[in-house]
Order: sequence, then structure tokens, then C-alpha cells
Amino acid sequence: MDMPLSDTQWKDNHLSDELPSTEPVNSAHPLAIEARGLVKTFEGTTAVDGVDISVREGAIYGILGPNGAGKTTTLRMLLGIIDPDEGVRRIFGHDRPHEIAKLIGYLPEERGLYPAMKSTEAIAFMGALRGLSLEEGRKRGLELLERHDLAHAADKQIRQLSKGMAQTVQLLGTLVHRPKLVVLDEPFSGLDAINQGKLERMIRELAENGTTVIFSTHVIHHAERLCEGVAIIAGGKVPYAGSVEAARDRIPAQVRLETRARDGKWRDALPEDARREGDFFQFSLPETGIEPLLRALIDGDAGILSLSIERAGLHDAFVHIAGEAAARALEADNVAEANT
Amino acid sequence: MSNHTHETSRLSLMQAAYVIARRDFLAILFSRAFFFFLLGPLFPVLVGGLAGSIGGEVQRSAATSEIGVVMSVEDRTALLAAREQLAPQIGGGLPNFQIIEGDGADDPQRVLEESRGNYAGIVSGTLSKPVLIGTQGQIDRWRGAIALLTATALGQSPSEFPDITTQAVATSGANDRADRLKTAQAGQLLLFLLTMLLAGMVLSNLVEEKANKIIEVLAAAIPIDAVFFGKLFAMLGVSFVGIAVWGSIGGSIMIAGGRSLSELADPAVGWPMFFGLGIAYFAMAYLLLGSLFLTIGAMATTVREVQTLSMPVTMIQLMVFFLAAFAMTQQGSAIELAAAIFPLSSPFAMLARAALDGALWPHALALGWQALAVAFFVKSGASLFKRRVMKSGPQGAKKRAKRSFWKRKPA
Repeated sequence: MDMPLSDTQWKDNHLSDELPSTEPVNSAHPLAIEARGLVKTFEGTTAVDGVDISVREGAIYGILGPNGAGKTTTLRMLLGIIDPDEGVRRIFGHDRPHEIAKLIGYLPEERGLYPAMKSTEAIAFMGALRGLSLEEGRKRGLELLERHDLAHAADKQIRQLSKGMAQTVQLLGTLVHRPKLVVLDEPFSGLDAINQGKLERMIRELAENGTTVIFSTHVIHHAERLCEGVAIIAGGKVPYAGSVEAARDRIPAQVRLETRARDGKWRDALPEDARREGDFFQFSLPETGIEPLLRALIDGDAGILSLSIERAGLHDAFVHIAGEAAARALEADNVAEANT
Repeated sequence: MSNHTHETSRLSLMQAAYVIARRDFLAILFSRAFFFFLLGPLFPVLVGGLAGSIGGEVQRSAATSEIGVVMSVEDRTALLAAREQLAPQIGGGLPNFQIIEGDGADDPQRVLEESRGNYAGIVSGTLSKPVLIGTQGQIDRWRGAIALLTATALGQSPSEFPDITTQAVATSGANDRADRLKTAQAGQLLLFLLTMLLAGMVLSNLVEEKANKIIEVLAAAIPIDAVFFGKLFAMLGVSFVGIAVWGSIGGSIMIAGGRSLSELADPAVGWPMFFGLGIAYFAMAYLLLGSLFLTIGAMATTVREVQTLSMPVTMIQLMVFFLAAFAMTQQGSAIELAAAIFPLSSPFAMLARAALDGALWPHALALGWQALAVAFFVKSGASLFKRRVMKSGPQGAKKRAKRSFWKRKPA
């Protein structure tokens, strides 16, 4: 992980002075994860500083931020691998995650299996750690391997598998005991496009079956495609935690307008931020909505050729919420991973 | 709060430890390395056997040195006849004679000075006035036998020796305690050797988990205490398998060689109880030292660091052993009490006590105390590990690996 940003750096990079938002995703559902004010300091460096997260049961939730932002530390605190210095975390209402270990599956960022173990045994062992009998674990392991086209690898040692296959085996080991909450730390990291697609499908299937999935990522489009809710994390702080839709709504939708007339009185009706880009005008959707503007354009005989309204993407929302520096760090992580 | 049933939503500490122990135990038992582990002690035994065999041969060669005889034909014939007569009764206590004739017979002293032949000494003169020439040590050794033989040759010794019926006693009041001290020493030494040989393996036990990044999977699923306990018990199990194999082979060799435990005095608590306590104290010594080593090893980031740590760890073991060994000779003193109370030396001190004192209740007390100490060591080690090792992501781990074990700041 990169070193977290200092408080000053974070404030400088942060465009908004608003308090962090923790909008409940759907208050009708019970919460799978609830964290309030999590703080963790390592040797004088604050890695996580007051993280608040709420994830409803059955949701797919992303923790989005650059390396070093505090994603792994946050997940480790949620899982009880490390304890927070301050704050509380509750998983299915329990503040001691180990007490409900059987309900949780965890894929750490640093993948690891015993190299001499056979695939089926590795999956069964991971199940046994979560209370599944070895016999049942082997049976389910074989089924999972078959379902993911890895039956041929069942009796192979982990050291004999390719990196991608070993990662899949570990993921299956994470799921073998049929957890109600699956925590994945950078699950897409190191996977090729085909396997990333498979993983996305797997995550969706889990959620469809009522399993809560929370994953960390520094790739925005994974979060945007999959998640119902996100926590944007930068410099150990969470400036936004809530639904993806609400995050996108933080930035007004962009209007793209093409007119026959180049000029006229109707231009006075355009918002202040309107700018011409070739034959088009580009501006933020006015708070009053599009209708008053349309009326002014028609009355002013602007001759509308085309008009489209585009909602802001999560990337724009991330830049808006976390700041330019965090966005650049995120991009740098993506480039670095693509190069490796 | 959700409506999940959470009553059985986790493994108990012992169940979790069992999962770890089972994996480790089987992984080690069915590895090729375990075969070499079993063979390990055979190498020193083999080397020791060879060295002993060579040494024995040298000793035998030295022991069969002969006494040269420079006497008249009649005298030496009578002397040899006397030896033949007494040999059935005295056997090995009599020297072998070698007649010296010709060169050297006129100057026996020179024969010895020039180290000719393999003579321990030379008898010259007559039967009535024999002269024994040799070093003072050889003279002291053979004087009595030569006197007996010359007297027999002269017909001055009884020609018949009555059969002596022997009645051996295992011990006597005077040397009872001294003999038991030897048993205590033997037990303590064996316990120390086994612990030193086996507990050191635990040092590198978490390196695989750390190197293969498995530790986080374990730490997320079960308490670190369970990981520590599981690893310790797995290695203890492996050690017991090793001891059983070595014990069987060693016991067979002892029986084949006509040796038995009767060469040692009976321990005060009796042999069966002594063996039982020996097993219990080995387990405790192993778990105590093992938990300490596991913690130290777990804090190390590389195999090299683990290897570097081996030396001070061995020194600690030796110091603990010396404390217990010294305490054994100071029965009833404050030092003995201290050695029995200090957890790391307690198993050694208490095993010695079992050989010297028949009371059993101190052992129940000591085993309970040692078990508490094991739990404390494991808890502390796991807590330290959790605080200092399980910190952040992969880049943090790389940074940590570069940082020396020694330079790490306290959390």
C-alpha cells in the first residue's frame, strides 16, 4: 500500500468541505456491515481515520480508492484481523467478527495457499477453517471446480497450477462454506479480462442468492458496473459512503445541445457554465430542470438539432469527492497494474 | 440486527487449533523431509558408534598388552602352568605372558625403554625373587597378580579355590541417593536433548505461512491464538512420532546389547510414573519453549533472520538446562524452588525431582502451573504477532521485510 496522505494533503486535495456522507443504501434491509469512526494508527502514521460504512444485507458494495488509501486496513478491521484503535464495527450485528466466522468468506489481497496441497484439499481446508467438515469440503470443492471448468485441476498441487487458476481455487475456497458475507480485497487484481468477467458474474450470482459482497478496488469501472453502494476512500478518510447513484448525483448531469442558430437572445437562457465545443454547447443541467430552458430555446427560435442529458459517471464523482490527487493516484495504480 | 443464527457460527479455540494441527501434522508426516528428520539422530549415533568402535579397538589393543617373562626355563614353565591353573578363577585379571628369549633377554629394561614389542612390563629374576619392570602405573596394576602367580608356581598358594556364592543387592542406604541422582541426571539430559532437538523446529514454523501469504487467510478465519496452539500441537505430535520411532529403535538396540534400565537406580516415583511424568514434562517443555520460539520466529520476516535467531535461542535453552541441572544438586534450596517455578526450567527441575523424591502432588501442581504458562506465552505471542505483523497491505509488507527485526519499533 502507498503511504496514506497527510491530513493537510488530504484537505488540499479534497474539493468539498462537506462532512463525509454516509447515506444509507436501503434502510429497509438489515445491515450486514456497520462501521462507525474506525481509526487505526501504525507507528504514528494514521492509516485509517474515522471510517464510516454501512452495507445492507445482499448488497454488492465497493471500497474505492488508490493504493495506500486505507482499503486493506479497513477490511482487516471489519474482519477482526486487526482491531481498531477507535470506533466500532459490527458484522451482522456482532462486534467480534471471529464470533461469526462461519458466515464470512475472505479473499485477501495477497493471495496465498499451501503449495503442496491439492486443489480440492486446499478448498476443503479453507472450508474447515470456517467450520465445514473436510469430507463435505472436498465434495463441495470438487463441485465448485467442475462448475468453473477446473475439474482437471482437482488433484493437482497448487504449485502445479497457473497463477490465475490458483487465484480461482482460492476464491472457491473463500466460498466453499457458503458464507453470507464475502469480503474480497482487490479481487480483480492480477486477473486477465476473461477472468475479470467471470469474477464479475460470480459476484452478481452471489448477490442474487442473497450474499452480501464487499470488495476493494482501485478500478472505478468495476465498482460502477457491480456496486449498489461505494465508499470512496482517500488518505485514510472516507469522504463519501453511500449509493453509487447518489455519488453520481453529486455532480449535475451534463447537457449537450446542438442548435441551428449560432446566436440569438435564447443564449441568455443558457447557464453560466455553458461552453461551446465545436457545434455543441456543453453545460450542467440547471437546478430548475431542462423544461424552462427548452421553452426559452423554442421561444428564441434557436432551432434545436439535438439535445442529450448525460449523468456524471462514478469517475467524475470520484474526482469531485476525493480530489484530483486521489484520482491521479488511482489512475497511476491502474497504469502500474496494466504494465505488470 | 439480522436474524442469522449465530450460536454455532464459529469454531471453538480448540476446534480451530485442531484444524491447523491436523493440516500441519499430516503435511509434515507425509513429506519427504520427515523421513530425513527421522533419520537425523541416526547420523550422530552412527558417527558415535564408529568412533566408539575405533576407540574400543584401540583400547582393547592397549588392554591386551603383555607381560614379558625373562626367567629360566623351569621357572617360566612353572609360571605359565600357574597361570593356566588360576585362569578359570581369575580370568581377565591375569596378564598374558610372552617369553622373551635371545635379543633383549639380557637387558629387559632396555626392551621397555625402546618400546620393543607390546609389553606392559617384564618379569625377570626367579620365582622366589621375581623382579617386575615397568612404569609405576603398570607395576601397581600387575604387582598383585605376579605375586599370586609366582606363589602358585612355587606351590605356596592354595591349589583349590572354593566356589563363592554371590548375592547382589540393587542398592544400599549409603549410595541410594547418589544413584538416584544419576537417574535424575540421565532423565534431565534426555529431556533436554529431545527438547533442544525438537523445539527448535518451531522457530521456522510460521515462515511458510508468511512466505505463502496464508497467514491472513488463517487470521481472518480463526483467532491467532488458535493458529499458534495448532502449530505447537502439530509439532509436538510430530515430535512424539519421532520419539516413538527413535525410542523403539534405541530400545531394541539396548535389549539386543543386553543393556537395561536396571543399570540406573529406580527413580523415587517408580519407573512407570517416571516415564509418564517424563512424557508430560517433555510436552510442557516443548510447548513452553515452542511458544517462545514460535513468537520469535513469527516476528522474523525471512528465513535468514530465523537462522540468526537460532543461536541466542540455543543459548537460552542451555542456560535453562544448566539452571535445572544445578538446582538438582541443591534439593530443598531456594534455587531448586526457583528452577521449579521459573516456567522454562520447571519441567527439567521437576523431572529430576521425580527421580529423587516420591511425592506426587508437586508434579500435579507443576504441570498445572506449566500449562498456565503455556497459555500465557501463546496468548502474549499471538497478541504481539497480531499487533506487529498483521498491519497493512502488500507494499507495507515489502517495506517491513526490508526493515530488520531488530530495528522494529514497538507498536
